[in-house]
Amino acid sequence: MKLEALTQSIGEWLRGTGPESDIVMSSRVRLARNVAHYPFVSRASEQDRADVERFLRERIAASPVGQELEYIDVGRLEEIDRQFLVERQLISREHAEAQGARGVAIDRMEQVSLMINEEDHLRIQCMHSGLDLKGVWDQIRAVDDQIEKVVPYAFHPRFGYLTACPTNVGTGIRVSVMLHLPALVITRQIDKVFRSLHKISLAVRGLYGEGSQAMGDFYQISNQTTLGRTEEELVEQVGDVVPVLIDYERRAREFLVRETQQNVHDQVSRAYGILRTAQTISAEETMQLLSRVRMGVLLGLIGDVKIADINSLLVRTQPAHLQKLRGVELDINDRNIERARYLRQHFEGGEGSRASVN
Amino acid sequence: MKCQHCDKQAVFHITELETGAVRELHLCEDHARTYLNQSESAAEASADDEEEGKPSGGALAGPLGVGQTADELALLDQRACSMCGITFFEFRNQGRLGCPHDYVQFEKELEPLIANIHGATEHTGRRPSRTRAGLPEGTEDLTAVIGLRKQMKESIACEDYEKAKEQRDAIRAIEDRWLDDGDAPKGTA
Repeated sequence: MKLEALTQSIGEWLRGTGPESDIVMSSRVRLARNVAHYPFVSRASEQDRADVERFLRERIAASPVGQELEYIDVGRLEEIDRQFLVERQLISREHAEAQGARGVAIDRMEQVSLMINEEDHLRIQCMHSGLDLKGVWDQIRAVDDQIEKVVPYAFHPRFGYLTACPTNVGTGIRVSVMLHLPALVITRQIDKVFRSLHKISLAVRGLYGEGSQAMGDFYQISNQTTLGRTEEELVEQVGDVVPVLIDYERRAREFLVRETQQNVHDQVSRAYGILRTAQTISAEETMQLLSRVRMGVLLGLIGDVKIADINSLLVRTQPAHLQKLRGVELDINDRNIERARYLRQHFEGGEGSRASVN
Repeated sequence: MKCQHCDKQAVFHITELETGAVRELHLCEDHARTYLNQSESAAEASADDEEEGKPSGGALAGPLGVGQTADELALLDQRACSMCGITFFEFRNQGRLGCPHDYVQFEKELEPLIANIHGATEHTGRRPSRTRAGLPEGTEDLTAVIGLRKQMKESIACEDYEKAKEQRDAIRAIEDRWLDDGDAPKGTA
């Protein structure tokens, strides 16, 4: 698979379709697995890592699930290409920055990604647009079953699937949904919501996983414990809280329109104005403004923009995407100028917009 | 709330954050002082004999369980996994285990930690369904290969080729039992 081909699409998580996709960007499940006869990655020698990489790559390729996947040797990629995969959420930042033999197998739809030699030997990830945890769970379970037929996962009768970090032991599952919650941020209710989520042992993270800042009002909600409950119970634990959050966000949006319409309309319009006219703009500011415009479109305050377009811009204005699209490596100042140009072209109906709707 | 070490009122509530692990301590004034001093001296000690330029334990080198003395802890820290060789001290520093056997080797020590993180110690989710007859659910047998590989390397280094050959055969026997399915590649060549 050529990474250039991926720049022409926007990937699963930004497709902007699926149930509740005005608020739920994507639903995701990942499973942490290790091969029983090798040390965990952080303890593995260079040779061990290479052996694990080959063992998993060859066995998965030979299994039915491998037929639908394309393998990318992450260890041999340029930094910009690794960053590109991070921006698309196909690999983690840790995986991009790690050393030694490692790779990722992804399907054409960009729903399934198998990371080899991340923190664990194998991290299986499955992602759908919108709220569809049940669909994601069914899909990842089938992938996991197929791989387990050919790979002996480390398993302990009492502790379950064994992982490098005890925080993942047992099911090895992390269930997460990515939500766009601008109205809860504007009405300053977001902290209260997060505090109550922590009380029921759910974790809140930013756009790009562990340790990342929440950018542009996008938040990931996920389970924190992995042992003592079944996978289905953990999927449910996260799934149960999402309708509540959707309801809060909807009510906050209604409140904004009802009580402060002029104000909100002004904020949204200014954000839109900056995106259309700026001459230099950072990735962070772009994300923040696109978030506001996204909300404005959903509230009917901006008429001529499609949600799919906004989603597409969210990923295409990221540093690596921007450089891939332009076909040149740029330093940060040039990137900011190029990003502003790309946005202007997009909104003025220039070359950017023709390629943008997928 | 009472102190974890005695019947006095707990006045210090300490939450230790390690990579991937959270530990709460509730201590009276006296035990808190002991605890904090111990952490400091442990940090000093580990700074002296730091291995391979890894970061020292620092404040993380406090007691893991409840009621362990400094001597007991020192002994525990030195215990190494018979397969991958990681010591408990290294695990506590890095927050990452070395191999699947660690869960067996350090079972007693990991159990309170796992209970603390997950509020449970028994896996109730999916289990492997082994299609091949005779294979157990747990993979401890197969993990033994990690130790055998290490021993084989040592034998070769000592030019004890007879022994190395035995060890290689033992590895092959285990791998054949677990991994043999037609043409698919095996682990060790």
